[in-house]
Amino acid sequence: MNHNNSTFDEHEVLHELKHFLPAQSPLKDFIHHNTLHAFQNLKFHDALRRASEILGYKVTLSLDEFRSLYQEKRIREDVLNRVIAKWQGAEKVEEWKEKVLFKKFESPALPRIGSLRSNWKRHYQIDLDSMVHPLLFRILCSFMDQGISIWNFPVANTGFLNSLMEMEKSSFTSFFKTKRARTLLLQNPDIASLLKIVVGDESVYKQYLFDQQFAHQGWAGIVSTVEDVPQTLLDRKQITIKELVIFELLLEIDALDLQFGPNWSPLGSSMTNKPVDLFDAVPVTELQEAISIWQETFEWSYYDEVLAGLQKKTEFKPIANKTFQSIFCIDDRECSLRRYLEKIDPSCETYGTPGFFTVEFYFQPEDGKFYTKLCPWPVTPKYLIKEVGSTSKREKDLHLSKQSHGLFRGWLISQTLGFWAALRLFINIFRPAMGPATASSFKHMDKFSKLTIENHDPNDRENDLQVGFNIEEMANRAEALLKSIGLIKDFAPVVYLIGHGSSSVNNPHYAAYDCGACSGRAGSVNSRVMCHFINHPEVRKILAQRGVPIPAETQFVGGLHDTTRDEVVFFDESSLSSVNAGHHKRNEAIIEQALDLNAKERSRRFVSVNTHNDPVSIHEAIRIRSVSLFEPRPELNHATNALCIVGRRSLTKRLFLDRRSFMNSYDYAIDPEGKLLLGIVRPLGPVCGGINLEYFFSRVDNQKLGAGTKLPHNVMGLFGVANGIDGDLRPGLPSQMIEVHDPIRLMIIIEHRPDVVLKVIQLQPETYEWFINEWVHLVVIHPETHELFHFHDGMFTPYQTLQKEIEHISDITPVLETHEDNLPVYEIA
Amino acid sequence: MTFLLQFFILLPILGFAISLIIPDKKEDLLSWGAFTTVGLHLLAATVFVVYWLLQGHETLNLKDIVIYQTTDYSFFIDFYFDKITMVYLMVGAILTFLVTIYSRYYMHREGGYKRFFNTILFFYIGYNIAIFSGNLETLFIGWEILGISSFLLIAFYRDRYLPVKNAVKVFSIYRIGDVGLILAMWMSHHLWHENITFLKLTNYELVSEHLQGHTVIGVFISLMILLSAAAKSAQLPFSSWLPRAMEGPTPSSAIFYGSLSVHLGVFLLLRTYPFWEHQLSVRIVIIVLGLLTSLITTFIARVQSSVKSQIAYASISQIGLIFIEVAAGFEKLALFHFAGNAFLRTYQLLVSPSVVSYLIREQFYNFVPRVKTIEDSLPKKIEYTFYMLALKEWNLDSLMYRYLWNPLKWVGRRLDFLTLERVIYFGIPAYLVGLFIVYNQDLVSPEIERYLPYLFSLIALFMVLKAFTERRQARMSWLLVVMNHFWIALAISFNEHFSFSDVHLYLSGVAVAGVLGFECLRWLKKQEGNIDLDQFHGHSYKHSKVAFVFLIACLGVSGFPITPTFVGEDLIFTHIHEDQPWLALIVSLSFIIDGLSIIRVYARVFLGPHVKSIYEMAYRSS
Repeated sequence: MNHNNSTFDEHEVLHELKHFLPAQSPLKDFIHHNTLHAFQNLKFHDALRRASEILGYKVTLSLDEFRSLYQEKRIREDVLNRVIAKWQGAEKVEEWKEKVLFKKFESPALPRIGSLRSNWKRHYQIDLDSMVHPLLFRILCSFMDQGISIWNFPVANTGFLNSLMEMEKSSFTSFFKTKRARTLLLQNPDIASLLKIVVGDESVYKQYLFDQQFAHQGWAGIVSTVEDVPQTLLDRKQITIKELVIFELLLEIDALDLQFGPNWSPLGSSMTNKPVDLFDAVPVTELQEAISIWQETFEWSYYDEVLAGLQKKTEFKPIANKTFQSIFCIDDRECSLRRYLEKIDPSCETYGTPGFFTVEFYFQPEDGKFYTKLCPWPVTPKYLIKEVGSTSKREKDLHLSKQSHGLFRGWLISQTLGFWAALRLFINIFRPAMGPATASSFKHMDKFSKLTIENHDPNDRENDLQVGFNIEEMANRAEALLKSIGLIKDFAPVVYLIGHGSSSVNNPHYAAYDCGACSGRAGSVNSRVMCHFINHPEVRKILAQRGVPIPAETQFVGGLHDTTRDEVVFFDESSLSSVNAGHHKRNEAIIEQALDLNAKERSRRFVSVNTHNDPVSIHEAIRIRSVSLFEPRPELNHATNALCIVGRRSLTKRLFLDRRSFMNSYDYAIDPEGKLLLGIVRPLGPVCGGINLEYFFSRVDNQKLGAGTKLPHNVMGLFGVANGIDGDLRPGLPSQMIEVHDPIRLMIIIEHRPDVVLKVIQLQPETYEWFINEWVHLVVIHPETHELFHFHDGMFTPYQTLQKEIEHISDITPVLETHEDNLPVYEIA
Repeated sequence: MTFLLQFFILLPILGFAISLIIPDKKEDLLSWGAFTTVGLHLLAATVFVVYWLLQGHETLNLKDIVIYQTTDYSFFIDFYFDKITMVYLMVGAILTFLVTIYSRYYMHREGGYKRFFNTILFFYIGYNIAIFSGNLETLFIGWEILGISSFLLIAFYRDRYLPVKNAVKVFSIYRIGDVGLILAMWMSHHLWHENITFLKLTNYELVSEHLQGHTVIGVFISLMILLSAAAKSAQLPFSSWLPRAMEGPTPSSAIFYGSLSVHLGVFLLLRTYPFWEHQLSVRIVIIVLGLLTSLITTFIARVQSSVKSQIAYASISQIGLIFIEVAAGFEKLALFHFAGNAFLRTYQLLVSPSVVSYLIREQFYNFVPRVKTIEDSLPKKIEYTFYMLALKEWNLDSLMYRYLWNPLKWVGRRLDFLTLERVIYFGIPAYLVGLFIVYNQDLVSPEIERYLPYLFSLIALFMVLKAFTERRQARMSWLLVVMNHFWIALAISFNEHFSFSDVHLYLSGVAVAGVLGFECLRWLKKQEGNIDLDQFHGHSYKHSKVAFVFLIACLGVSGFPITPTFVGEDLIFTHIHEDQPWLALIVSLSFIIDGLSIIRVYARVFLGPHVKSIYEMAYRSS
């Protein structure tokens, strides 16, 4: 075949296609990311406009939704005026206000994706997708299956198409219904030659492939991910998007042959007029401008009051005798727990940092056949930590095993275990409890096991990973952690490092509930490992030399906060000195009390729990809720997240931020040049921004960018969910996770001087892209003057808040008990 | 205590009626209503059963209401209670009770919360009517309610394409089962000359006396019952509908397709066992069918890579075994097996989302790169062949299309010359001529008159075939469906001593519902413009009230037990003689397609992704 004059470059087109497809990993590795990552090279509003018209996504709330938010006063009029003045000019405020509030706009044009392939139905009266998809999905799912089927795909380890060929070659039946497609498959065809048969017109090949793959973006996306990151499936499968395209084209030929016989003219020859090219410029419409104005107004209606709250200066007296210090994950869910700790025990201090605690490694639980990555997803660790001496047993559950699906065993099991199932269901409904089916953060690592943290011999390696860390490596990481959060002196006797995880049952998206900085796992191992580092006498010596002198009596204790159940477990408490053990006992009681109050605060969003009850009984209800089979919302995760504050605790300590803020501790005073700041700012985009945008887009278009309601979900091959048995995979978040989320971008607020921050964010282009293209908002608050500077178009300009004062509330509890919705920022101290 | 039986039907009807008037937003009231209804039902059932067992568990029979009576025809509701009813009652009440509580929390904030509980209670009415039924007619009422509530539950997410498509698919299989039952009723009228009760069937002398000399009729009735049971219980060749029914919220899939609905075929067999017990050939057919189903679906279950389809096929294979147990005469074992299988599959479906964390953990700790299965010992070529066949579900899904629906569509498309005008300008005069002949039967020779029923019923069939394949006008399709009934009535009028009342009874419901439906479509067309049948329009998105009214009209026209047409349908069949199998075939075929055309109009116009809100709808494939 001669492609010399070809305008169709297969490699390039597939590369571009992969770039646009959803990049979601299998369920067990759920990593939050910007759903519209393919458009991130554009400014936010331009990107949204293009994504919407090209791919048919709904990218913001609708005009009606915005208008009703305005009616409810949740979008502020003064902010609207200011936004219009900024975007359209001060003289056009009245004109545009009229438009955004009252004008009736024409509904947007049909999306471009799919318009080419819709010609099959228009000119051939054939519903190609419904003839091709069911079998295609079924074969893909069976090929990639991780352990649902009992009888696996019979040919493996040879790649997708090779396996199919092998089976077609020696079989009495065929996947195809007609001859030609089967013959073509055995000739190992390339994409261009098949497109010539199906489409004919080379100028639309690319568009055809986009149409074809975006007709099932879920399956195409998972194939693309598995191609790029094969280790994301424990049972590895070799499959590429190219193979998928070839097989799908063959199935299309098969379907067309079946319908029309071997002689039909390709799609290109029947087209009367060519559809608009997918990637042609998308003109700006007035409606989109109005929507952009609304979006900005919605965002600033909230930001403005937050900034007003932050701007007010309060001096806190230094704490004389610190009872304990506790370092939590940056996660927005820890926001309220920290507040309660400080309230109950004003002599304690809390900090926030990404929950892998600056130590990156693979973890192998005892008897585990695989390694688990415990650090942010883009990092590739060189270390291995192994668990030894675990005593916990994994419970089995015959109801979940596959044995009941056989003919004879099924006969026995259904007449025995079947009745047991009725009882189990009964108990589960009336007295929910932890069981083998529960995904629990505490199962991640056995509390009483030992970890191979220290490396004594550089040759102690497994699979090219060093087992444990040496002293120097430990010290480097400990130093990085403590300096980045500004904890270099005035240590309390006990310092906690508390990671987080979650528990849920009947929840395929369980990994999305765990710590994002630990690649969707619980942070228990990391906290334990880092505590071991810092408690190590040799490490302390080095730390002291580097300006972090830790008193000998200070001890670090690891822990894990289960954000669903609001429980904390601690690790290696036996190594505490007797004095510190006494402190710890006292602290535990305080933490328990704070957890009760935290549970109460969370319960205001749960209809099944009465928020007026006392904290202890609410906490019990929340624990039961976490193991209830019928509870699709064990917790609300990152829903409502909107802020990320990088700075000292004094900035936020007196504010009620309603669990909406990521909080990273940082002290500008020990980092005047911003050298440590880069390390902090770099992951904020991909991690916090990623979480925020995933919630944003799953919220605004729960059908196409989210997973829809989870109630009918069916687990496919253990790596994805679909509706029913022959649907497309549903990437993104289910509606139960996002329904209370307000789709606004993340506002990052950094406490430092604007010139330092500007320098830091410009150091790396991929970091800068997040800010310059406004996928996150950035405001800098000057540490001394508390002046605010907003980053826009590459520079910082002073920002004056419209709201001057925020309300002061002495006790937040009555407000919590009477409101389910998002609360404004209050001053509470 | 016999009179108590009817209260087991009335209670869910009352609960359902109340649930209809509770406003949408009152989640608490809705779920408490359902909870109270089913809870009381469970309580009453438990007390009743204990008392009944203590009283010596005698079989109970209650001839309840005579709905229609002529000299040689009586349509009456009859209730019956024996140990089969007892087991089905207890299993059904327990599972529905548990699932109601489960759904109370599970469905929280879901759009359609009310619709869900309405449909659950509606289903529960149908289930109880079916299991308490004392004759085929009563059973059929329950059967029809189950069919329509299944359709509504599968299409619960009515704004997506696949649930709607699969709901129509499942409905079409159910319709085949319905007609099996209608034909069985038709023939048994001729066999018994009455609406035989199940109680009388247990009288061995009576049954064998009647079957003597009517072997063929006996076998025919049994086979029709088997057809109906096989369709309902997803036995071959209908199996592929069951996994496709798993489109609704998980608890509804669990209770209906995991347990209750799918075991009603077994119930039908158990209930009619005394009738075919002595027909050895029938018992062999059932055993062979059960065995084939068990074997084939076990293989299909083994290759399933999605958790719900795996459970569905595993359940079908167990039901195949239950069929064998029933046919072999192990009634108690079958009942025990039914209960165990129903509980097990319900629980498995309810916890099915848990498999991800559970099996991934298992895999993490116990991974073996390639597990050898029994099939690996087969020669490669055999292994591959079996695997591919199992993966393609032995083509069961496409089989239905290829051999049943496609030929019908082919015929329908030959009728494209029928336009709205032609249907009216030709149809109405022709009908009047027919009507004239009815009144003046002496004008035509008896020779010709004998063929007239066939001619008119064929016209009726063509009407409905055209309605089924009409790609454009919804109103035209609707009109044809309504006219189909009139033609059938005309055809039957020639068959026997003409009885006005019978025909009026039959047509009264059709006429009212027909006008109502036509008005809905006319109004909608005026509002929305295009409502052509070549695509789904999803108008329930904006016009849910009209959709509801139209649904009622659909039920009326399709002879659902809310109008007299339902009794009339049964009556019409009694006028077809036992030596007119072709007429029976034509009429029953037109009943099948009639139901399908109606549901097709409803689905295409009101369900599916809303065409005018593309940016808010899911992709078609999801």
